[in-house]
Amino acid sequence: MDVIIENLPQYWDGFLRTLFLSVVSGIIALVFGTVLAAARVSPVAALRGFSMTYVEIVRNTPLTIAFFFAAVVLPRLGVTFQQFEVAAIIALSAYTSAFIAEAVRSGVNSVPVGQAEAARSIGMNFSQVLSLIILPQALRTVIPPLINILIALVKNSSVAGAFYVLELFGQGKQLANANGDAVMWVLVGVAFFYLLITIPLGYLASVVERKVAIAR
Amino acid sequence: MSSVLYDVPGPKARRISLIGSIIGVIVIGGLLVLAVMTLAQQGIFDPKRWAVFQLPEVWALIAAGIGATLAAAAVAAVIAFPLGLLLCLLRISDNAWVRVPTRIVLEFLRGMPVVLMMLFVLLVFATSSFIAVVAGLVLYNSAIFAEIIRAGVQSLPKGQREAGLAIGLTSFQCRLTIELPQAIRRMLPSLVAQLVVLLKDTSLGYIVAYGELLRAVQVMADFLGPQYLFPVFFVAAAIYIAIDLAVSRLAIWLERRGSKRAAGGVAHVPVAGIPAAK
Repeated sequence: MDVIIENLPQYWDGFLRTLFLSVVSGIIALVFGTVLAAARVSPVAALRGFSMTYVEIVRNTPLTIAFFFAAVVLPRLGVTFQQFEVAAIIALSAYTSAFIAEAVRSGVNSVPVGQAEAARSIGMNFSQVLSLIILPQALRTVIPPLINILIALVKNSSVAGAFYVLELFGQGKQLANANGDAVMWVLVGVAFFYLLITIPLGYLASVVERKVAIAR
Repeated sequence: MSSVLYDVPGPKARRISLIGSIIGVIVIGGLLVLAVMTLAQQGIFDPKRWAVFQLPEVWALIAAGIGATLAAAAVAAVIAFPLGLLLCLLRISDNAWVRVPTRIVLEFLRGMPVVLMMLFVLLVFATSSFIAVVAGLVLYNSAIFAEIIRAGVQSLPKGQREAGLAIGLTSFQCRLTIELPQAIRRMLPSLVAQLVVLLKDTSLGYIVAYGELLRAVQVMADFLGPQYLFPVFFVAAAIYIAIDLAVSRLAIWLERRGSKRAAGGVAHVPVAGIPAAK
């Protein structure tokens, strides 16, 4: 138990870095994922094809391979960065955006057809229909699944710990090496900090789910 | 839905979208060519580097990596499913003393990164990395399986349980013989989709030094020299993704098959007071 209190600064540092990775990747993934979903329903066949291929491949790529690609292959391609956090953010947001695109697309499909028909009949074009009528309603219904994807993102950020980023899991690994006699408590401490993020988010998801269910 | 979002494109819109598509393809193709050229400059496509694939040892290592990946996934799936079923039964138990603690355990397991569980088992119980990987996957996925099956049980019409109890089955018999078989069938696509996740998560074994495909790549690169990292990594990544794609295709196929059957009479909603029959 003492080991957690003694090393609280390291835990806190790792916790903040995990939070940072999750928030930045989450925002990028939300934007990019929504764009991908919009491309998936657009009238341009090439955009549809691109979005479909991207989502299909990325969803079936193990996260470790995505990290390996971002941390090892990208620098060789000339995409260099000073910190490995950048590689982690690239991998996490590229990976998560595919799942967000799928969720948003299922939300678009759940909006009643009459909404789009009405919007078109008053003369709106595709981008107006999508941004003013469909997406606001679709995003609202997919908030609970989106939160679940973000919870998965927080947990997935732990893989960054194996790729030279000292976030919560990376710190935990270091502390476990340094405190061989109290490994269990070190890792329980790490678990506690993860639950500090994931359980409130899960609670939020269930609350929103109930609210949205009433609205519809 | 998507076709409702826009008018059928006329000749002008079609021309614009065609030109846009061509430009897009050129841009993406250009980026790919640029990437390939950057790699070629570093001698990645030097035939000498790819000659490693003539060595039977390399293929043997890759095969061992695939074997280790599939073994961990198969063992974990076989243990996790019955355990998930058990956890589901405990989670929906009539007895609050069973239900509430199970719920806490499930919330705990679901909120935890899988890697952390693997590392925990590896370090605290000082086991082999295979057991650590399997244990991590089992703990996490049994919790998810339990939640999926629970969602399936809850989606059943109430009459199923009421009828079971009315003909004198005990609560447990009713769960086992009436509700679970229907719930599992109904949730089959989600369960298979979770199997894909499980298969993908075996790659986390890389972090706890389990000899799965990616670790095999690393070992080979350490052994043969870093210049072989790229060819071997690309081949291994392609194999990994191909296996995952195949399993998710299976999930999609199962879903289609399921919904076709549903349309043929196994309705999700009871028709005219007759509950959905299997």
